[in-house]
Amino acid sequence: MSHNPTERLVYMANQIGKFFQSQGRDKEVAGVAEHIKKFWDPRMLKTIYAHHDAGGEGLDPAVKDAIGKLKDAAVAKEKA
Amino acid sequence: MSLIHETDYGTPLSKSEKMVTLTIDGQSITVPEGTSIMRAAMEAGTQIPKLCATDMVDAFGSCRLCLVEVEGRAGTPASCTTPVAAGLVVHTQTERLKKLRKGVMELYISDHPLDCLTCAANGDCELQDMAGAVGLRDVRYGNQGENHVFADACGEANPAWLPKDESNPYFTYDPSKCIVCSRCVRACEEVQGTFALTISGRGFDSRVSPGMSESFLGSECVSCGACVQACPTATLTEKSVIEIGQPEHSAVTTCAYCGVGCAFKAEMRGEEVVRMVPYKDGKANRGHSCVKGRFAYGYATHKERILKPMIRETIDQPWREVSYDEAFKFAADKMRGIQAKYGRDAIGGITSSRCTNEETYLVQKLIRAGFGNNNVDTCARVCHSPTGYGLATTFGTSAGTQDFDSVEDSDVIMVIGANPTDAHPVFGSRMKKRLRQGAKLIVVDPRKIDLVKSAHIKADYHLPLLPGTNVAILTALAHVIVTEGLVNETFVRERCDWSEFQDWAEFVALEKNSPEAVAGITGVDAEAIRGAARLYAKGGNGAIYYGLGVTEHSQGSTTVIAIANLAMATGNIGRRGVGVNPLRGQNNVQGSCDMGSFPHELPGYRHISGDAVRDQFEAMWNVKLNPEPGLRIPNMFDSAIEGTFMGLYVQGEDILQSDPNTTHVVQALSSMECVIVQDLFLNETANYAHVFLPGSTFLEKDGTFTNAERRIQRVRKVMSPRNGLADWEVTIGLAKAMGFEMKYNHPSEIMDEIAALTPTFTGVSYQKLEEMGSVQWPCNEKFPEGSPIMHVDGFVRGKGKFVVTEYVATDERTGPRFPLLLTTGRILSQYNVGAQTRRTDNVVWHGEDVLEIHPHDAEQRGIRDGDWVRLTSRAGETTLHALISERVAPGVVYTTFHHPLTQANVITTDYSDWATNCPEYKVTAVQVSQSNGPSDWQKAYDEQARNSRRIAPIVEAAE
Repeated sequence: MSHNPTERLVYMANQIGKFFQSQGRDKEVAGVAEHIKKFWDPRMLKTIYAHHDAGGEGLDPAVKDAIGKLKDAAVAKEKA
Repeated sequence: MSLIHETDYGTPLSKSEKMVTLTIDGQSITVPEGTSIMRAAMEAGTQIPKLCATDMVDAFGSCRLCLVEVEGRAGTPASCTTPVAAGLVVHTQTERLKKLRKGVMELYISDHPLDCLTCAANGDCELQDMAGAVGLRDVRYGNQGENHVFADACGEANPAWLPKDESNPYFTYDPSKCIVCSRCVRACEEVQGTFALTISGRGFDSRVSPGMSESFLGSECVSCGACVQACPTATLTEKSVIEIGQPEHSAVTTCAYCGVGCAFKAEMRGEEVVRMVPYKDGKANRGHSCVKGRFAYGYATHKERILKPMIRETIDQPWREVSYDEAFKFAADKMRGIQAKYGRDAIGGITSSRCTNEETYLVQKLIRAGFGNNNVDTCARVCHSPTGYGLATTFGTSAGTQDFDSVEDSDVIMVIGANPTDAHPVFGSRMKKRLRQGAKLIVVDPRKIDLVKSAHIKADYHLPLLPGTNVAILTALAHVIVTEGLVNETFVRERCDWSEFQDWAEFVALEKNSPEAVAGITGVDAEAIRGAARLYAKGGNGAIYYGLGVTEHSQGSTTVIAIANLAMATGNIGRRGVGVNPLRGQNNVQGSCDMGSFPHELPGYRHISGDAVRDQFEAMWNVKLNPEPGLRIPNMFDSAIEGTFMGLYVQGEDILQSDPNTTHVVQALSSMECVIVQDLFLNETANYAHVFLPGSTFLEKDGTFTNAERRIQRVRKVMSPRNGLADWEVTIGLAKAMGFEMKYNHPSEIMDEIAALTPTFTGVSYQKLEEMGSVQWPCNEKFPEGSPIMHVDGFVRGKGKFVVTEYVATDERTGPRFPLLLTTGRILSQYNVGAQTRRTDNVVWHGEDVLEIHPHDAEQRGIRDGDWVRLTSRAGETTLHALISERVAPGVVYTTFHHPLTQANVITTDYSDWATNCPEYKVTAVQVSQSNGPSDWQKAYDEQARNSRRIAPIVEAAE
């Protein structure tokens, strides 16, 4: 398994995605986003947001959506 | 303080609810039906003389000392085997009885050595007591006749005499003192359930025999100590009592080994422990013990214990002993320096699941309030974090649902990925007792553990699945329950969310989840899965007990959810005899989780992002808290390598030996600028530390532990900390040096603060624990006496939540290079990384980790029993000796992780549970080949460790 920090986070995010994939289409993106928000530390979020900005290579589609939503919410919160 | 004497009622308590009144010696007494006359008399305050009876085992009626007379009945029945009946009139002391008893005692004493003054049992001998009780003044037979006492008989060897067996490191067996009361044999059978002892021969030839006249050490004996405790004479005696003498005072405390949480009397002479004796009023262990808690406490005084604080600038330097103040200042400067350089979030800590609740609470408080971040985690991360996630999701709280007594009412017991007879031995014995009474057993485990088949125990179903396929098996069990109409629909409709249930039922009913479909993945016969599902669903009270074989997988959390689903679907929740029970690894894993050791949760499992909860803590602690979750242990390692996490405070946890992929952990620890280790010994993590703060043992401090049943029990100080300070005082010292003052005079004050801040603990106080002995949380206004069983009138979260559990295969796959699957676990005599047990005589049972391999796999590789073998995975390699065993299936190998030389975790990988990052210890693809001895890595590691453990000699100042 890779020790590159970003690749590890991508792997972890996709693992979370695989669980929520089976929870029904409506819960998939929201479930992944909520889980990551609840358990990831800010520097992990920062790394995955940066990776998302750079195209999000390797992230499964729903996971990519979820991280995009989290990122947008974080940006909006910062502005507010 | 004096020696605590527990009343021996002679025979066990009757559970009957029907009461019976009788008269004993003119006194009227009412007791439950089924009580013996002996016990009823004792409850009325009259002790009938006895030798073969003790209340830990069933009555036997062999010593003929406890005779009584009953009006209207002929003869003199034994009071231990005669049950009470309404209206009986019993006399315990008559001329006839006095004469008979004296005659019996006279015979006993005629074949017993009269060396009372120099006997180890002097002062604690029931034979001596009874000779006194019956007024024995003379032995008319002399003691020159046929006997077991003297080695010589008239100048010739006495064939009836046997030498003392001193093979067990902790107790001796002296056959010359045996009165053949069979208490030891019955304790071994009834209490421990090992059946290692028997009485060989008949009549005068009768004697206690371990196995087939073997030595104790050579027999099946597991050294639990039940026989020693049961012995009324000096026949079976602790070597410590022989050496030291009888104790003079004692205190009740809690074992610091596994999560069963056995209560012990620490029997003392001054500050020296004479022996640890299981406490009958201990509600977790009910007077039983295992080899670890009973005997393996010698590490507390082991010569390798570090008693002075030590520091060093770099890890290649030798350690320098300093004062506490100097060590605290050195550590504080380093940690604050790191924060100044890398940011507030660049440091963190790990709380210990071996320390007390109070100590764990303080460490997380120091991190959240003193460090100013939430980078706190605990070793539960690597064992039961999926339990937290899974049970919180489905039931609403992160804890087992039952007390241990509940097993006495189970009809079907399902054990998944746990090996209680080795890892939770006292609960294992309680479970086996229920199984011998007729409860059915389902074992889901890759190995043929002892429960699958051992003395008087046989699993009705053993599902020997391939490691990593738990979810597939459990979903298949659910498939059978749903498709064969075995669901308890009334329960589900009343207690659970019906629409979520329907989604789940629809999912599990899919053909892909049928036993036939998953047989190919799991390697388990479909009919066995069907049979097990039917038994669990319809066999009466069904209880599930599970261990790390469930949690330590990439789908650990999903498996816990699947277990909860099964219990809900069959209505096996919310009463005695049923439930979902995680068997916790360490003494205080439950407590460390309860105390807010996880980075995202404050004490009481409340998320750090909740404003209301944070407000409460901020007001009490007088500091602003960070609302974002912190790093978990594996994330700490990754961040250290990345350069954003540079300082770590580790209390009572050997992360280097216990966490997966040792090379990765070494890399992470070496990247940090300050590692503070607080421990009893220079453990493996300390090889990479800059500050060593000496720890104290459970014998040296006050506090509480919370066991796997949520039971909060006192730990009582019986000796001064040899290192000068209790662990909680060390944390306070470090905090103060960092500018964060925490003021407590006693751990009870810390518990008061916990109670004030935690809704499930509001009723808990040291006062309450004194009154009740122990209490199970939730303990608050709603449950003032605590909660033996949870979710009785409804789930904590409201409606029970069914969650779909799709099987996702782990990415750790076997292939041509790594064709075998390695799974790891524990053995009875050793505990975790072995830091404690390796420093006791327990090493006679397990001196090294060995690799269990199936004869088929061994033969293919030309490996013979005892050969050195090389074990290789994608993560690393090590060498160890092979043990050829059919306990593992072909294709699966097994080892333990108790010894640092083996370093089984060099092999394990970084794969982890999707929800909690709990490492996947239980599945590693490996290859096994022949080897000549330790690998280069092992040699290099050993050398680094030796080098790192050097302590600089203290230079005496010149006169």
